[in-house]
Amino acid sequence: MKIFHAMGLTLLLLLTTLSSSGAAEADLRAIIAKFATVTEFSETGAVVQELTATGDPAVERPLAALAEGNLYIRTADSMVFVGKEGDENVQLFDPLSGEAAGVASEDDITKITVNNTLRRAIRDALGTLTLGSKDPTVRIAAADTMFKTPDAANIEPLDAAIASETVASVKALLEQARAASVLVSDKPDADKLAAIALIGSRGDRDAVSLLTSVEANASGAVKEAATAAIANINSTLALWDAGQNIWYGISLGSVLLLAAIGLAITFGVMGVINMAHGEMVMLGAYTTFVVQQVIRTSFPGLFDWSLVIALPLAFLVAALVGLVIERGVIRFLYGRPLETLLATWGVSLILQQAVRSIFGPTNQEVGNPSWMSGSFDIGQLAITWNRLWILVFALTVFGVLLYVMKRTPWGLQMRAVTANRRMAASMGIRTPWVDALTFALGSGIAGIAGVALSQIDNVSPNLGRGYIIDSFMVVVFGGVGNLWGTLVGAFSLGIVNKFLEPYAGAVLGKIVVLVLIILFIQKRPRGLFALKGRAVEA
Amino acid sequence: MRGNFSTITKMFSASVVAAGLLMSAPARAADDTIKVGILHSLSGTMAISETTLKDAMLMLIDEQNAKGGLLGKKLEAVVVDPASNWPLFAEKARELISKDKVAAVFGCWTSVSRKSVLPVFSELDNILFYPVQYEGEESERNVFYTGAAPNQQAIPAVDYLMSKDGGSVKRWVLEGTDYVYPRTTNKILEAYLKSKGVAAEDIMTNYTPFGFSDWQTEVSAIKKFGSAGKKTAVVSTVNGDANVPFYKELGNQGIKAEDIPVMAFSVGEEELAGLDTKPLVGHLAAWNYFESVNTPENKKFIANWHKFIKNNKRTTNDPMEAHYIGFNMWVKAVEKAGTTDPDKVIDAMIGVSVPNLTGGYSTMMPNHHITKPVLIGEIQANGQFETVSKTPGLVMGDEWSDYLPDSKDLISDWRAPLSCGNFNVKTGKCGGKGTN
Repeated sequence: MKIFHAMGLTLLLLLTTLSSSGAAEADLRAIIAKFATVTEFSETGAVVQELTATGDPAVERPLAALAEGNLYIRTADSMVFVGKEGDENVQLFDPLSGEAAGVASEDDITKITVNNTLRRAIRDALGTLTLGSKDPTVRIAAADTMFKTPDAANIEPLDAAIASETVASVKALLEQARAASVLVSDKPDADKLAAIALIGSRGDRDAVSLLTSVEANASGAVKEAATAAIANINSTLALWDAGQNIWYGISLGSVLLLAAIGLAITFGVMGVINMAHGEMVMLGAYTTFVVQQVIRTSFPGLFDWSLVIALPLAFLVAALVGLVIERGVIRFLYGRPLETLLATWGVSLILQQAVRSIFGPTNQEVGNPSWMSGSFDIGQLAITWNRLWILVFALTVFGVLLYVMKRTPWGLQMRAVTANRRMAASMGIRTPWVDALTFALGSGIAGIAGVALSQIDNVSPNLGRGYIIDSFMVVVFGGVGNLWGTLVGAFSLGIVNKFLEPYAGAVLGKIVVLVLIILFIQKRPRGLFALKGRAVEA
Repeated sequence: MRGNFSTITKMFSASVVAAGLLMSAPARAADDTIKVGILHSLSGTMAISETTLKDAMLMLIDEQNAKGGLLGKKLEAVVVDPASNWPLFAEKARELISKDKVAAVFGCWTSVSRKSVLPVFSELDNILFYPVQYEGEESERNVFYTGAAPNQQAIPAVDYLMSKDGGSVKRWVLEGTDYVYPRTTNKILEAYLKSKGVAAEDIMTNYTPFGFSDWQTEVSAIKKFGSAGKKTAVVSTVNGDANVPFYKELGNQGIKAEDIPVMAFSVGEEELAGLDTKPLVGHLAAWNYFESVNTPENKKFIANWHKFIKNNKRTTNDPMEAHYIGFNMWVKAVEKAGTTDPDKVIDAMIGVSVPNLTGGYSTMMPNHHITKPVLIGEIQANGQFETVSKTPGLVMGDEWSDYLPDSKDLISDWRAPLSCGNFNVKTGKCGGKGTN
């Protein structure tokens, strides 16, 4: 009898061990099912906590889906699914195994809503759960979240993770995260001082943020160490701030350069006060939009190339419009600057309203290709990719233009016509054609500037308005008729502006820059680099 | 030269407008119609926002005509284009009232344009329905404010951020465009935050010009301000076009809504349409209406809108709902008064109650502001907002803010016998101080 009993017990034990994973899964499913009954964010939060408390890595899938707003409840049977939105229906997947579970129409399912607080809670929870991930980037993200949300309970898992970590850079981050957790624990002061030293060596804003809250809650040696570390980091950060201002200035300068460079030709070289210059930029931006629209609907795989494809098209569109404007309006008005100003202003209004009628008054979405999104860090300097590419692009356009002007026969003719129209005509240069093509070139360059600006500004019929004043400022400041002047003018205005902005604010900063330019023009009416020639005087 | 230039500019825009008018003129009215004026910019900088409202009004008037019109007459829309030019708003308003003899006008977006038409409406005694959220500090006999006053948008939004659900925010960045609405709203918010015990060093206020596009310095300043170990949020009154580059820069510099949420008062579905919203998920907006609100009224409204505009992708937004409410209130008041005579309609308006699109009723109060629910929404990846908080009841628009020293003693009540827009309860006299 006893033997039977013992055998029965062993059997029972065996069965439990075998089915333990199944039981855990059933437990998880029971918890997940609770999502179907929640009505408030706090209740959703409670379920999230319950799921996290199981410590089972399997909860990563439903939690991540919840954070992204992809967790649904099927109204018919209150089952919870991970959903993937398609064109018409939502594809459903099992929340734990990830197996496909059919499709449902949007009316048959309800989304479990999340807010920022919940998203943050989930992110923190996932941080601990993904500490052992195979992917180093996931581990880095986990270490990062744990650094930002220190918790004494994190020390143990972090210790384990540090011991098994093989990548040195990840290990350093994990140690910093551990130090952050030590600071909020009740460990002895000696440990905390070491932790402060470690965090202090990190030297970024997150470290300051953490140490400030430690400083506020600690006392004695720890408080002093934190204060010293903060002061130390802040003094280094001040230097980085100056570097950052220079970078922002250069970046603003590159935008100004791009916007002004076409004008440097139409206004600078030809002397046409072209108020429709901004609209050429806008046409370039709209060309980008149309190209992206076509790519989105017909060739989605080419999206990352959309800007490259848009460049020549934008040049052509804007150049063609420029050519028509020159042949149709401006050629009758050479030598009459006031009339040119009014006529081109009228043209700019016509172009704006035309675009508004065709595309509608609202902003159009121009997407950033993946290589233009996000940022990377150099020390404490965050450099965004789109700004960097725009700088490279502006300098390239400048270089190409300089080459065309200085090294090609066409450029020679252009310069000859500018310097002395009658003499050039006597030499057999067809000045009307040179005028038309020069204007088209200036407009075309404004068009490709539009491609770049579509990445940082909104594409609306008013796009050009914002750049016209700045462009004239750059060209006049740099010296009419001199490309180098435009380059130096754009970058110096950009940097001065960005150095003033943190102190004076954006509004006052702009006013100060304007006053400085007026004073400068009083002193040197011809700008930084005045061009010497006969025709320019007239 | 400068003077000349600006006059010439005006002449140009005026002539363009005139040309536009000529084209829209042929619908000459017979006497058996009631004319309704629509005063929204169809060209210039504000066209982006106001054109939609013009279309929404045309749709509402169409629908009313399909229902048989008003007082047995058909309604007729008279559309003019003030071209985002503030003085032109006043001229066009005068033209609508004196020449076209409209019964009421629906229009304006910016506060400047509203201020510019106020004298015209009181002189010629007509009615203006103003559909946009604004800074308050005003209550005119001839104007009905169907947009939100600061206490129907700004204050509940800040309350939400201070609550546990909103993240218990302790440090505030007030970021705005440099003009009257952000400046007044921020003044009110600053006073309100201080009354809630927020220290002065925990509030940073910054202004940028209209159409500002280089946000690098501002965004990194926000990042810096946010790294002081306290939960930080940005309250944004940044207007119009400047929002897109602002949000792009936020996304690029990696400011996530979970860390530093941005609560916007001027960003609606329309503004998000020009943006990839994936990096912005979780940033907030406070309105009285979202397109995503799931009510039968709203579903019907959206369906009608798509049919009218012949585009299934066009979004609806809060000022459109305000016009929906305002127009229906006017229709009801005219029916109640039995006439379109502005004097009688103004008196009949107070107390009129019509359904709004968020599943409740909005009522016109004696201060010419309406009751509305306040919704807080988070931006979603599909460019829509998801409501994360809704005031339990309706909030009554408070025209004179209780948080500004100049206006805290003022009330407005346009019913007889008081009939005063700025009654000072301390001195007991009509005609108090307002911050204009």
